[in-house]
Amino acid sequence: MFLDILNTALGKYPLVLAFACVGLIMWVAYALGKLTNNRVHGSAIAILIGLILAYIGGVLTDGKKGIADITLFSGFALMGGGMLRDFAIVSTAFGVKLEELKKAGLPGAVALVVSVIIATVLGSLAAYAFGYTDPVDMATIGGGTVTFIVGPVTGAALGASSEVIALSVAAGVVKSIAVMILTPFLAKVAGLDNPAAAAVYGGLMGTTSGVSAGLAATDPKLVPYGALTATFYTGFGCLVVPSVGYMAILALFG
Amino acid sequence: MLIYGVALMSGCMIVGTFLGYLVGNLVGISANIGGVGIAMLLLVIVSRYLMDRDQLSKLAQDGIKFWSAMYIPIVVAMAAKQNVLAAFDAGALAFIAGLGSVLAGFLLIRPIAALSPKSAPENNAAE
Repeated sequence: MFLDILNTALGKYPLVLAFACVGLIMWVAYALGKLTNNRVHGSAIAILIGLILAYIGGVLTDGKKGIADITLFSGFALMGGGMLRDFAIVSTAFGVKLEELKKAGLPGAVALVVSVIIATVLGSLAAYAFGYTDPVDMATIGGGTVTFIVGPVTGAALGASSEVIALSVAAGVVKSIAVMILTPFLAKVAGLDNPAAAAVYGGLMGTTSGVSAGLAATDPKLVPYGALTATFYTGFGCLVVPSVGYMAILALFG
Repeated sequence: MLIYGVALMSGCMIVGTFLGYLVGNLVGISANIGGVGIAMLLLVIVSRYLMDRDQLSKLAQDGIKFWSAMYIPIVVAMAAKQNVLAAFDAGALAFIAGLGSVLAGFLLIRPIAALSPKSAPENNAAE
């Protein structure tokens, strides 16, 4: 009986339980960060714990939403969902200096264009190397390498098979998680320590989830600059990959 | 009031989303192109304008700052709902394509960031 009531109480307000759990994760993560003399930032550890929980959730339920697929923790889906994430991203723009943004504008835009091209080329060449030589498949997997949203959009527009679309989503998910994990370690070497570099980084990586987590784990002050360019990336990719990108691949390999 | 700041942010986000979809529609796709980015620009400009005129109270600012402070916890929750299993189970093709583009990105940060107008402190002082 006691356990039943406990279960009901925990499951009654899923979002509130998620707040409590994330608070606990942050506390543990920052305590661990202190143990390393803050050489590993607390927020980086917290994000890593989040990813580990997501893996556990995936193994236990075979679902797609990490820990949120466990009914008790379904509040994570709302707390970490697109609505609150984008709302919190917008709020980080408060206090940003317009002058800094202007300086970051040109390199950020260049990064955006260069990176969509590079991701599409790398993705479609990797597809080609693995035997997906049809231009539609190449463009779809190239799109997935841009972000895991561009892949399915491209595939749906060009009529790719569901197997190829799933592969393109997987490439995008690998990218997004790699950005989350690698950013705090590579930030210093890559010169990611000022607003302009953050805007370029946002434009180069493009995945909003990867960039928002990567910068949070590196230096929260840089978040708005990176997030700003990253939020243009998926839309831009959805625009050019199924059109110009596909036509270029068709011309070269068709 | 605290809600004024939150409402200001929400207004920026709604207008930004509208403009994002409008741009998408104009170029022929039903996607939101940069809606969140446009909302961020709006918030930077509008909040600057209001603060210069003392029209954004301390409490209203706190309403925005609360969400800003919730950013990292929200990102942690977001990390916890990623499809990590799919990433680990993905075949070599997904790994090569995904990781390759990330590593290429890190290599390009420095050269492209160099396009930014130089921000040496003495230049700023002179302006």
